[in-house]
Amino acid sequence: CQWLCKHLWENDLLLLLCAHLLVALLVLAFPKCSVDLTGCELRCFYFQLTYQQKDQATITGDVCSFGWIIAKEPTSLEEELKEIRRNGSSQDLDGSASLTTGPSPSSSEFEMSDTFYFCRRGIESIVDDEVTKRFTAEELDSWNLLTRSNYNFNHISTRLTVLWGLGVVIRYGFLLPLRLTLAITGVSLLVVFTTMIGFLPNGRVKNFLSEKVHLMCYRICVRALTAIITYHHSENKPKNGGICVANHTSPIDIIILASDGCYAMVGQIHGGLMGLIQKSMVKACPHIWFERSEVKDRHLVAKRLSDHVKDKSKLPILIFPEGTCINNTSVMMFKKGSFEIGSTVYPVAIKYDPRFGDAFWNSSKFGMVNYLLRMMSSWAIVCSVWYLPPMSRQEGEDAVQFANRVKAAIARQGGLVDLLWDGGLKRGKVKDTFKEEQQKLYSKILVGTQEDRSRS
Amino acid sequence: MGSTNSTLLKIPNVEVLMQETGFSPAHIIRLHDRFKALDKEGRGHLCPHDFGAIKELAMNPIGDRIIGAFFSPGKETVDFHTFVKILAHFRPVDKDRPKEPNSPEPINSRSNKLKFAFQLYDQDKDGKISRDELLQVLRAMLGMQVTDEQLESIADRTIQEADLDRDDAISFEEFRKSLEKINIDHKMSIRFLR
Repeated sequence: CQWLCKHLWENDLLLLLCAHLLVALLVLAFPKCSVDLTGCELRCFYFQLTYQQKDQATITGDVCSFGWIIAKEPTSLEEELKEIRRNGSSQDLDGSASLTTGPSPSSSEFEMSDTFYFCRRGIESIVDDEVTKRFTAEELDSWNLLTRSNYNFNHISTRLTVLWGLGVVIRYGFLLPLRLTLAITGVSLLVVFTTMIGFLPNGRVKNFLSEKVHLMCYRICVRALTAIITYHHSENKPKNGGICVANHTSPIDIIILASDGCYAMVGQIHGGLMGLIQKSMVKACPHIWFERSEVKDRHLVAKRLSDHVKDKSKLPILIFPEGTCINNTSVMMFKKGSFEIGSTVYPVAIKYDPRFGDAFWNSSKFGMVNYLLRMMSSWAIVCSVWYLPPMSRQEGEDAVQFANRVKAAIARQGGLVDLLWDGGLKRGKVKDTFKEEQQKLYSKILVGTQEDRSRS
Repeated sequence: MGSTNSTLLKIPNVEVLMQETGFSPAHIIRLHDRFKALDKEGRGHLCPHDFGAIKELAMNPIGDRIIGAFFSPGKETVDFHTFVKILAHFRPVDKDRPKEPNSPEPINSRSNKLKFAFQLYDQDKDGKISRDELLQVLRAMLGMQVTDEQLESIADRTIQEADLDRDDAISFEEFRKSLEKINIDHKMSIRFLR
């Protein structure tokens, strides 16, 4: 036995193999609670493994350490041009006599080398840019035995392939059917119970029951995904009459947040199963669903939201201001609509651990059903939720500044990169105004000087 | 490392590429991954549309010209080799490279960097930057912020200063001479990590 233990620690592959077997046994023996255990067990083993794997390349496979290919110079257009001028000015003094030394320090005429700045910036963005990589799944440092995370699928070793095969059998053979059953149970219970509660008269009993039912069903759904969630700072949980904002990575965010508290959801009414769920939910407690035509009308949306928050007996609204799914490495521009309403904002940061299963929904690649199946056949979904202290709009702050302040707080807490880019860029083109701003900046440097010349 | 070699093997003629461009294997792998990321439909080559999808490039006043530099005249696609060769222009100059008289000039030499920049101006590739071409670049960089007269005066002054043989156009030699004092290596290089 001692020999076995010693051998196990040294040979990590063996360890992982034992982990798989253990998990398989557990799942067979305790079908009900092992769905939870699967995730925890794996987590423990995984931590041990990753610490031991630092210098060994066997299990880690293809170490594609992605981060920055290049180090970008943080200089601005003005600084660059000034430097170019300084370098070239010694030549100018010999040549032309019209070098203006006007009041502005960046006195400059057009130089042929001005294009260098734009050219370099352009090439830098071709090699590596901030935005494109936010809309694809995050790259991992070491492989987590899921094919979908293996970007350069090479045959590393037979042993690893065998392990991977075993993993496939366990995930698709045991875990997936279990989770599907739970998911179906959860959703059906939600629909049935909320419809039943809908028959009750409005009052305290109804609200109490509705809360219990919602929480129960969402918790079943959480189990169905084997989501292991750690909630931090629950004292800051959103209260009635407030708006809860969070960063958006996938539709699962809703389930994660709603299993810990009751919220009023906001969204468009869909058809089919989704629509059925929405209709039955709204019977039990007031959610805000919009018809497709109403979504475009910003005033209508704002009015309904503010009516809802004014009524203190109604639940806090849950909104994702980014408007689209981002891959959980950064937070993109928050749309100002929800920040104009003027109620207290409760920010929430959600950060997923990508090693157990990537939760990002790349909607251009996968549909909803495909996505959910992938979620249910990952190892587990491990995430942390931080409830941040409530914020309100301060004097002299407009909605956009307020939104950016909230965004910065969420990014800081979740360890995400705070970007100013609009998530809408996923599908849309860059507006011409951005290019115009660059042009304006450059022309100010040049034309400012021209005006001095014409005056003198 | 075993794993990096397997990725490299997937790229055809990678040895030649590394020798010509001077990129290390790690750089080639990363550029290959970037190439694949840009090539969303997985066709193995890029078209102007793929470059246009890069938001920061779309914001760049001379973004179109930079994209154009990747495509040789008449070609509609860019394969990985050409992609890397163009990007090799922006490698910092190798200071300690021995000067072999018979070997071809490295892609990232000062002269080749200047040629790349010259190409951004000289769109019809006749070897000279005409007044019109200069005006076009100025218009691209300044947009609607300046009037035509201001543009013309800037162009006139620039040609006056740089044009030594008085043919109302700037040749590559004149271009090079006017930029003698500029630290080309710094301005036209990107710091590739590792």
